[in-house]
Amino acid sequence: MNRITKAGKQGRFESRTHESRNCRGSRVGRAADTHATTVDLLFFWFRDSFLVSWVPDFLLIFSCIPAFVINSSSAADVVIGSKKFTESYVLGEIAKRTLTDAGISAEHRQGMGGTIILWEALRGGQIDAYPEYTGTIATEILKSDSSVSLDQIQDSLKKVGIDTTAPLGFNNTYALVMRRSEAQRLGIRTISDLRKYPELRIGLTHEFLDRQDGWQPLRERYALPQQNVTGIDHALGYSALTNGSIDVKDAYSTDAKIEENDLVVLGDDLQFFPKYEAVFLFRSSTRPDAIAALGRLKGTLNETSMIRLNAEAERTKNYTRAADLYFNAGVALAPRTSERSGPSRFGDSFPGKLARWTLRHLQLAGFSLLLSIIVGIPLGIVASRGGAVGQIILGFAGVVQTIPSLALLALLVPLPFFGISVRTAIAALFLYGLLPIVRNTATGLQDIPRTLRESAVALGLSPMARLWKIYLPIASRSILSGIKTSAVINIGTATLAALIGAGGLGEPIISGLNLNDHVTILEGAIPAAVLALLVQWCFDLLDRVLIPKGLRL
Amino acid sequence: MQAARLPRQNDTMSALVRLLDVSKRYADTLALRPTDLSVERGRTTVLIGPSGCGKSTLLRLIIGLVEPDSGSIEFDGAPIGPDNIDSVRRRIGYVIQEGGLFPHLTGRNNATLMARYLGRENEETKQRLSELCELTRLSESLLDRYPLELSGGQRQRVSLMRALMLSPELLLLDEPLGALDPLVRASLQKDLKEIFAELKQTALLVTHDLAEASYLGDEIVLMNEGRIVQQGSIADLREKPAEPFVSEFINAQRGITSL
Repeated sequence: MNRITKAGKQGRFESRTHESRNCRGSRVGRAADTHATTVDLLFFWFRDSFLVSWVPDFLLIFSCIPAFVINSSSAADVVIGSKKFTESYVLGEIAKRTLTDAGISAEHRQGMGGTIILWEALRGGQIDAYPEYTGTIATEILKSDSSVSLDQIQDSLKKVGIDTTAPLGFNNTYALVMRRSEAQRLGIRTISDLRKYPELRIGLTHEFLDRQDGWQPLRERYALPQQNVTGIDHALGYSALTNGSIDVKDAYSTDAKIEENDLVVLGDDLQFFPKYEAVFLFRSSTRPDAIAALGRLKGTLNETSMIRLNAEAERTKNYTRAADLYFNAGVALAPRTSERSGPSRFGDSFPGKLARWTLRHLQLAGFSLLLSIIVGIPLGIVASRGGAVGQIILGFAGVVQTIPSLALLALLVPLPFFGISVRTAIAALFLYGLLPIVRNTATGLQDIPRTLRESAVALGLSPMARLWKIYLPIASRSILSGIKTSAVINIGTATLAALIGAGGLGEPIISGLNLNDHVTILEGAIPAAVLALLVQWCFDLLDRVLIPKGLRL
Repeated sequence: MQAARLPRQNDTMSALVRLLDVSKRYADTLALRPTDLSVERGRTTVLIGPSGCGKSTLLRLIIGLVEPDSGSIEFDGAPIGPDNIDSVRRRIGYVIQEGGLFPHLTGRNNATLMARYLGRENEETKQRLSELCELTRLSESLLDRYPLELSGGQRQRVSLMRALMLSPELLLLDEPLGALDPLVRASLQKDLKEIFAELKQTALLVTHDLAEASYLGDEIVLMNEGRIVQQGSIADLREKPAEPFVSEFINAQRGITSL
């Protein structure tokens, strides 16, 4: 649970412990630009979904939403992938620009997921290259020790048709940071220097506290005397550090916050932290001129410049512009012109963003609600007949409901079909919305007086006719109220979809949480609340249309 | 099998419904002991008896709401089974105490539900509805109201119209007037008697009110503790009681009415 909460606050959502290391670098940048990728996934999912086969109307509804039927394949020569955090986005954009400048058409699929997803996409040929770190390649991909050399890494990778570029120049590893003023006052420059100040208060992320290569071995290696060590959320930890509640915290060495908050990285004088040097992984079969172009990035980025690019990307939420900084040595260019890499067709203005978030939010909540209705009402009908099957259905739906929504997302992510994708968000929302509909359908039907049931039977109506003409209309109020509950829950819960990059009004909320920025949180929270009220109101109107008049007297 | 039944159907007392050795048990109570009963064509048979005597169970067995544990029920000479129960139901009208009208349908739609379901011609249905309005003395304008907008007596009239819509051979009435106040009840009793007479309707009515039974019934069947105690006219029951219970029941009712 600890992990989940923390992951949520940090704006990423990876259930596998080994995945967490991949979110190196600044973890703050949210997946603002995942639209095209996630849309593709959703499209294929719905197209292949078993549901479609028995719900043809689904396709019809589906085709009415143009946003869902765009961009399903790539025409570019080289496809670059990136992971779901700012630094990976920026590096992906740099690669794209590098290739484009070399006359090679390139596409950047932003924020596809974590290491496993990117690695499988690379091996499967869906992408040709993506930025990765040597330590991650060694431990996560090759499952070996983080001390192996780059040559050894390359030898192993070549066996599966993958290669790496030379290091780009910076090392994004764990680091301890302090306020610059405090460090200067005490004369602390390295981790060893901390030994002299046992009274310093240390605030560490829960992950760093728990890691095998985290705080405990670090403390032993350096013989650190500090007793006041607390676990704190990554983003909140920066606030705590700047306002003086703590003196030392863990960070990543290229974290944009280091520059923003005027912090210093303490030197790892005993070389405790493993090397996480940035490289590009690419398929050996990629066209040679593209490989050559990526090779020219060797040694061109140091920690300081990467911190600056990350800070620019986070400040503007414009990864292309941050990448342009790399090429133009500090000159911020005019807004990008590429039609594909823009965050959305609505542009970047607040109303545009709000429209995009809201539309996506409604799509998430709407699709999942539709699924909940299509599945929930038949289940409710079966459940209304009682017996073991009814008990199992109501029991299952009830158990799903008792799982916290965040945990439900976390449970789905490791399943083969799901992962970090919109389908996971919709599946979780669908499951979450199921119980109110199933239960209300079942109780609505069970509450029909026996005399009315028997009258329907005695008339000689067939079982189907009884259901459609008598039972369901009489239960309509209860069923609709279940659907309404489901819809309102979905609108609220859909904010969590942003945790797995599915977008929606949760995007600003989670960005805001990461940035500790209340205004950004409210940009998502207020529209979400308004939306929930609107949905409630719409359903109240719908009641008047759908509930037979004779039941409303 | 049909041939064997035919002579019996042509008896002077030709039976529309025949129960042969029918019994029904609910959990640990025997609702109906093995019972024989004939419901004769064109006559009104009244089942009477104290609460829980099995009279409603008998009705529910005929319409197929419960299945007998033993014995067989014949309708128009053919045994009722799962394969013909729906077609039998469409030849039977069923009226219950609360009316059993569907609250989401107007009176008109309640009455014509089955006709529409069976795809009967619209004009024919309309005409039948007018006839029934006249017969049940219900203003046709009330048919556009929902059950909740009708009084108890009006609801029972609509319910009766629904039951009679398809011109059923048999009308089953389970305490149809039980929930009405005395004045409405008296007027409906009178109307029912006229309707039965006019339609020469075969009817099987359940009541616990002896006055109602003697007013409406050609044949009275007194039941107690799941069995038929005596069957005959009200005079038979009064003058030739088969057992002490018959006199007890009649005297108890008389006591109340003489107050």
